[in-house]
Amino acid sequence: MADHKERDWSGALGSAAPQPAPAAAGPAKIELYEKGKTVHNKRIDGPFRRFKWLVMVVTLAVYYITPWIRWDRGPYAPDQAVLVDLAHRRFYMFDIEIWPHEFYFVAGLLIMAGIGLFLVTSAVGRAWCGYACPQTVWTDLFQHIDRFFDGDRNARARLDKAPWTAGKITRRTSKWAVYLVISFWTGGAWIMYFADAPTLTYDFWRGEAAMVAYATVAILTGTTFWLGGFMREQVCIYMCPWPRIQTAMLDEKSLIVTYKDWRGEQRGSLKKAAKNPDAYGDCVDCLQCVAVCPTGIDIREGQQIGCITCGLCIDACDKVMKDIGRPRGLIDYATLEQCEAEAAGAPATPAWKALLRPRVFIYFGVWGAIGAAMLFALGARTHTDLTVSPDRNPPFMLMKDGSVRNAYTLRLRNMEARPRDMEVALTGLPQGAVMWTEAVSMDNAAPVQVIAVPANETKVVRAYVMLPPGAAADSFSFRLTSLDEQREQDLAETRFAMPGNE
Amino acid sequence: MSNKRIDQPTGTETVGHEWDGIEELNTPLPRWWLWTFYACIAFSVVYVVLYPAWPMIDKATAGTLGWSSRGDLAKEMSAADAARQGMIAQIAATDIEALPASPELMAQAIAGGAAAFKVNCVQCHGAGAAGYQEYGYPNLNDNDWIWGGTLTDIETTLTHGIRWEGSDATRVNYMPAFEGMFDAGQVAALTSHVLSLSGKATPNAAGATLFSENCAACHGPAGAGMPEMGAPALNDAIWLYGGSEAAVRKQILAPRHGVMPGWKDRLDPVTIKMLAAYVHSRGGGQQAAPAAEPATDVAQAPKAETDG
Repeated sequence: MADHKERDWSGALGSAAPQPAPAAAGPAKIELYEKGKTVHNKRIDGPFRRFKWLVMVVTLAVYYITPWIRWDRGPYAPDQAVLVDLAHRRFYMFDIEIWPHEFYFVAGLLIMAGIGLFLVTSAVGRAWCGYACPQTVWTDLFQHIDRFFDGDRNARARLDKAPWTAGKITRRTSKWAVYLVISFWTGGAWIMYFADAPTLTYDFWRGEAAMVAYATVAILTGTTFWLGGFMREQVCIYMCPWPRIQTAMLDEKSLIVTYKDWRGEQRGSLKKAAKNPDAYGDCVDCLQCVAVCPTGIDIREGQQIGCITCGLCIDACDKVMKDIGRPRGLIDYATLEQCEAEAAGAPATPAWKALLRPRVFIYFGVWGAIGAAMLFALGARTHTDLTVSPDRNPPFMLMKDGSVRNAYTLRLRNMEARPRDMEVALTGLPQGAVMWTEAVSMDNAAPVQVIAVPANETKVVRAYVMLPPGAAADSFSFRLTSLDEQREQDLAETRFAMPGNE
Repeated sequence: MSNKRIDQPTGTETVGHEWDGIEELNTPLPRWWLWTFYACIAFSVVYVVLYPAWPMIDKATAGTLGWSSRGDLAKEMSAADAARQGMIAQIAATDIEALPASPELMAQAIAGGAAAFKVNCVQCHGAGAAGYQEYGYPNLNDNDWIWGGTLTDIETTLTHGIRWEGSDATRVNYMPAFEGMFDAGQVAALTSHVLSLSGKATPNAAGATLFSENCAACHGPAGAGMPEMGAPALNDAIWLYGGSEAAVRKQILAPRHGVMPGWKDRLDPVTIKMLAAYVHSRGGGQQAAPAAEPATDVAQAPKAETDG
């Protein structure tokens, strides 16, 4: 067995690694550009493949079905469970409704998503890449379509090289047509999150939807068709920043899919091993791990950026090991540290033990704290709000009888999906102070006014406050009270300008 | 360029320059980049033909499409004007005193008036419509109206102006100058009496007599003013030219008379109507109801005709 200290990971650097130029003179040339090779991954069955199926069904179902879930919010709000209503600047998610001024909730969700990725990476490595990333899910879907139309790995490779006969043209057109339908459906589902789904679907097919809807569908159809149908693993290897970030986050304690070289090497067929049992390891060099890989890499070269840790090579290798009667796990989820220990002779550690590391708990703590803080903020927020801006020009107005009048712009926010009456009262002004609004004439001026605020809206009211002659004040507050069973309150302090204090 | 040679490791030709042993490879541009570049050139040629492009002496070449940003703006403005036509026609068809009955139309009128005010009125009355006392430009936010504060009154003032020679129906009055008619003591007594009407000085008999003989005919026995002839109220807190003793004395001896142009020749009737609605909405507008205060009773007379 090879000494583990001298393991060579140079294969992980890919084919761009410097190679010694041939000694012979002449234009020996290193290709800086490598043409993409289509990956024809072989069908495989096993626990990880089944888990991948499950994740695929769940994620696609969530994506396609969510906009169609209805959620009753009464007559004044849309009844779509998840809706990003850009036109009306509202974000609905089941019982939660976010207004633009509460965008920090969305920012918090994004931060949670980011830390969630760190958390998953520190716990189970690149599980996001392997199972849940949309690029992975759609690539997987398109690869199954390839298999459905063109057969498994070898048949597909043969067909690629075959001349363009009528049969090949038929297969290719029908396959691409299915690609296109799925891509269109993907783009079509996306816009459903931004408008009432049934209405939008109806308008869309009648040609009455907004231009932006058609443009969005066209763009997303194009990107899905191109990225899912043709770019596939090249997105992961060349385009996506996330694998690069993850290479910085993975260390010897991270769970990765790894080939246990101390057990596998020296590779040799069963025949060779039978002749010379001591010279060969468990790997029979059957290349099944390469054949099933959706990104077309050889895991035996070690950890590399192309490995999305989907575990399909584990399924493949376990199956071969079972057939030839050797123990499973030649390729397996393990940390580099566990590998070192195993190579040194320690008993194999269960992979789940890799989860128990401080980093996982710290990330989980931060992630959970942000989530809890947001839940608390959501629960504690009030649905009633008042802001006041005093008129600055003129700051005050002297009336005929010597009273002093100030004008204010009040913004009464009703975040409930029903119209509510709200009471605006003056507090902190001397006796005799009254207010009225554009809708309530000066004859009906009183210290308290009741204003009807429409459902889900901010009502802007111009209000006048008047102090009788002789009274003086320089600041006071408007107190807003919702006249319903909740009696939510908000206090807005403002100034009162008079001759002498302006 | 005898230094050109093939670089061994890459197989690429060098450009022939060398600095301290560092050479530059003559790497061709990527094909996609080149094609994008050619596409940009083709696009620019088409663009130059279709759109204004080359700067000439006075202006740029016009382009065959005849497009201009000014033309775009004009199109947008006329579209906006067309969109407003319905509302304008509605306001034109509504009697001004009936405007407040339709809150939506009133809100539109106020918004239109606010826009017109910023163009035509702020020069004298100020951006906040608070006027300038030192020049005698009246404040439009308060509830003191020299010529009446109903919508109809304001519309009339706007249409015909004040002491404006351009209209026969302009609001006009002149207060006689009392310079030379009273001696210094009489002037002091009268000034003190005028100020006492609003509680700013103690009343005196001599002043009261002078007031009832010379002033009460227009300003009323109690100094309540007479809006139908533009005689200001003297018993309130608001003074067009200032409420100090010196200012009041100056106004008795040599009264100033402000002039406001009428707008009937410069603005269309709908704009004037909207301006009246805006000024009325500034917080001091008076109701045209018959139960208004006595001083405005007579102001109902001309309005009754328009109402009917």
